[in-house]
Amino acid sequence: MDVILFLVFALFAVACAINVVVQRHPITSAISLIGVMASLAVLYLLLGAEFIAAAQVIVYAGAIMVLFVFVIMLLNAGAELRSGRSLMAQALGVPLLAALLGIVAFFVQRLFPRETTTHFGGFTGGGAKEVGRALFTTYLLPFEATSILILIAIVGAIVLAHKELD
Amino acid sequence: MDSFIVISLIKVAVVFAVLLTTLAYLQWVERKVIAHIQVRPGPYRVGPHGLLQPLADVVKLITKEDLRPPFVHKALYLAAPFMAMTLALMSICVIPFGPAIHLGGVPTWMQLTDLNIGVLFVLAVSSMGVYGVAFAGWASNNKYALLGGLRSSAQMISYELPMSIAIAAPLLLSNTLSLRTLVDTQAGGIWHWNVLRGPFPQIVSFVIFLIAAFAETNRVPFDLPEAENELVAGFHTEYSSMKFASFFMAEYANMITVSSMAVLLFLGGWMAPWPARYGSSVVPVLVFACAGAIALYHGIRPARRRDRYSLPVTGVVFLTVAAVFLLPMVQNWLLPLFWFGAKVGSILFTFMWVRGTLPRFRYDQLMGFAWKWLFPAAMLNLLVTGFLVAWVS
Repeated sequence: MDVILFLVFALFAVACAINVVVQRHPITSAISLIGVMASLAVLYLLLGAEFIAAAQVIVYAGAIMVLFVFVIMLLNAGAELRSGRSLMAQALGVPLLAALLGIVAFFVQRLFPRETTTHFGGFTGGGAKEVGRALFTTYLLPFEATSILILIAIVGAIVLAHKELD
Repeated sequence: MDSFIVISLIKVAVVFAVLLTTLAYLQWVERKVIAHIQVRPGPYRVGPHGLLQPLADVVKLITKEDLRPPFVHKALYLAAPFMAMTLALMSICVIPFGPAIHLGGVPTWMQLTDLNIGVLFVLAVSSMGVYGVAFAGWASNNKYALLGGLRSSAQMISYELPMSIAIAAPLLLSNTLSLRTLVDTQAGGIWHWNVLRGPFPQIVSFVIFLIAAFAETNRVPFDLPEAENELVAGFHTEYSSMKFASFFMAEYANMITVSSMAVLLFLGGWMAPWPARYGSSVVPVLVFACAGAIALYHGIRPARRRDRYSLPVTGVVFLTVAAVFLLPMVQNWLLPLFWFGAKVGSILFTFMWVRGTLPRFRYDQLMGFAWKWLFPAAMLNLLVTGFLVAWVS
């Protein structure tokens, strides 16, 4: 059951991801990206990381993608024109992509041997309590550093937007 | 396992039948409430007191011509009402209506399913809900619809923040994300509900949640996405027939979800306001008996001819319901259901009351209010709650 669900949603995620690139209209690309986010959330859920799954939907599918869609709608972006592909892209595109995927798969296989992988539903650190504990004890410094980084980004965005007003 | 599937199917059927009927009749109730606020009778022609009006509306909406304007983005135009409706109905499956009961000898909960991240699930689904409206506005290829969709997405992004932070404060008191456990921690009377509970009563948080809920469901005074004097009908300008109706139903379904969330988070869910040993189980009997007695009294001295029949029948129905509440074998599931329904009903009534009372915000006021007042207030409330909870424990 888990394997079937995994295959369905993994295939859906990959299909959506390809569709993001293939589509010519930005809004259909954005919808495909929402599909990717949502199916990733299902994959997290299958592993047993409920909190991460919910955060994935709330933050990525629900907030960031709404902003993307909002901007696309506000700018009224139309369908993009397809420029002709260069000779190099035509010739080397598919082989290079296959090579990249092969290398990634190889290193994932090497770095994470079979014994250390988790099974479906076997991951226990994904509840709200465990994630919170990990964030505020083990990973406190990276967590705080990230918050300060985000704060700097917010301040920077406000400064940039304010400059335009004068 | 088999009984689990059968019971789950029964529960799904019952919950959705009740929900959809409530959706249809909520609209009748709203028209009646607003009519009485404005001193007019409201729907009165179809059936006694317009009670068959929702059925007539359904027939009208189904049989209307289903237009599709020529220059819409076809796939998204068709998908948008479907998305709005699906997402609006989805969150009802984690809402608990009552405690554990025995159904044909099998123990089960009055809830479709309990997630240990129930609160986050509702937040996630409601944060996805904006897509239905946004895509409807964009796909219609109409400037009014687009403006409505844009307003709606901006408004929902802005008000989601104070709403989530307002939700976080009672969660600190209850220390759980599961909606069922959340209600269990509020047992034992009104002083244990999160809205009044120590160390820091969540009254401010409750008010912020309600205000944000009005904005999230696009209700007056935050109904700018469908401001008819500026935008014709907003995002659903180009929709007709059942596609229009699904936006309408999605709005009411969202109202019900948000009211249930307010009840579960702040008002103790299905718990009675004071323990049963001080007689809280007599309240529903008294309420229905009084209603029945009043109806009978006016039925004996009818002001209009039709009241001679309709009011006595209503009175007898109310008295029967009062008698049913006295039966000990149904009390353990009927009483929680009564309190849950009463609380959700009061909040829904507040929604309608506000709609009959307040004018619409201006757009800059709407945004300024969310970011300059609601958000800092919610932040401050969360901070104080966090400090007090840490201090007490």
